[in-house]
Amino acid sequence: MSMIEVKGLKKSFGDLEVLKGIDQNIDKGEVLCIVGPSGSGKSTMLRCINRLEEPTDGEIYIDGELITDQNLDRIRTKMGMVFQSFNLFPHMSVLDNLTCGPVNVKKEDRKASEAKAMKLLERVGLADKADQYPRNLSGGQQQRVAIARALAMDPEVMLFDEPTSALDPEMVGEVLDVMKALAKEGMTMVVVTHEMGFAKEVANKVIFMDGGYIVEQGTPDAVLNHPQMERTQDFLSKVLI
Amino acid sequence: MGIYLKGFLIACKGIPATVCVSLIAIVIGAALGLLLALCSQTKSKILQVIAKVYVDIIRGTPMLAQALIMAYGVPWLLQSWGIDFTWPQMVLPAIIVCGCNSAAYMSEVIRSGIQAIDKGQMEAARSLGMSHGMAMRLVIIPQAIRIILPAFCNEFVTLIKETSVLGYVGVVEILRRGQLWNSSSFETFPAYIGVALAYMVLTIPLSKLINGYERRMARKEAAA
Repeated sequence: MSMIEVKGLKKSFGDLEVLKGIDQNIDKGEVLCIVGPSGSGKSTMLRCINRLEEPTDGEIYIDGELITDQNLDRIRTKMGMVFQSFNLFPHMSVLDNLTCGPVNVKKEDRKASEAKAMKLLERVGLADKADQYPRNLSGGQQQRVAIARALAMDPEVMLFDEPTSALDPEMVGEVLDVMKALAKEGMTMVVVTHEMGFAKEVANKVIFMDGGYIVEQGTPDAVLNHPQMERTQDFLSKVLI
Repeated sequence: MGIYLKGFLIACKGIPATVCVSLIAIVIGAALGLLLALCSQTKSKILQVIAKVYVDIIRGTPMLAQALIMAYGVPWLLQSWGIDFTWPQMVLPAIIVCGCNSAAYMSEVIRSGIQAIDKGQMEAARSLGMSHGMAMRLVIIPQAIRIILPAFCNEFVTLIKETSVLGYVGVVEILRRGQLWNSSSFETFPAYIGVALAYMVLTIPLSKLINGYERRMARKEAAA
């Protein structure tokens, strides 16, 4: 059963067509990595899936349900989103960052929600930072809090938009470790990334995008080690040193 | 010196009226200003135009003219339509005018505060399933308030000084107290120096407070 179904997705910004017709199914428990050069449309595709960008054309189904303006807020609670720039709420403590969604959107009990938040912070190794404010954390710690914040909504899918691109190199590992653990637990994940090592190790499927199209897709081994298309080979020869 | 002290003390008798009008007006101004700022941010063209026209009219006319229209013009118009209307207290049109006036300036301040918040904040809030309104209330506006607080207090200082025109529409505030004393005692210089000092008693501590807050914020920014 497809967790996410993308059908004929097109997106234009003014005259610029960024996505030129994307079809993709993502199964429950699958980890899909999207790779490709800047401007290939990979982030736009991810942002269209939870409607941070409104598609120009095409349909997106989550868990079999078509996303519309009416059910958007409800469907978004099934999708956790992690951004390149973390986007933690700077005026809330780490704990409040985690509970503000469950308490206000899902009307969960505050005490229960705080207990769940503490468990999540333990999972990402930051239980001791619960009372801190985001500005006192390192980039890697902020991104781990952002992952915990998304998980606090008990999502069925996690979307990652270049989660390690804004991090110092020595902090990339701690964030990827959290994501690997998440994948092992069976979370459905869509990850836009430049971390080819992560894609090889964790993904069930890799798609290579360029110019608004999916150029090539398949297992990580097929796409990253034995690419068939010239464009994919060219891109990988530049990133895999 | 005694005559100056007397002038100051007489002007100070107007402080309750000035503070009362300013305080109620700044609350009205903040609420109406927020509404205008939100209107100018919506997708609705009509609401945008309404907010824009309102701000243009208020900012394009002197508050004295607005006060005269509200205090005397409006009752005249209603009476000419056969409606028996007079203001029960002249402080009422004064408060309304000051509130509506400061709303126009506050809306610009609030709008710039909202726009200063990184758009990733709205995206993060929406991605948690919050509606636009909830995201504004819980995420955007609390952050915007910190940014606009100094400008908000400056607007309050400006408003306190602007209320000095209300003597023309029958409110006995600081300036009017001085004028009245001057016309009975002919102590012109002490009377108006007293008025100036009475305003300074209100405005200077407020300005110091703002400066202190801004310095604290700057230090916090530097530490982050």
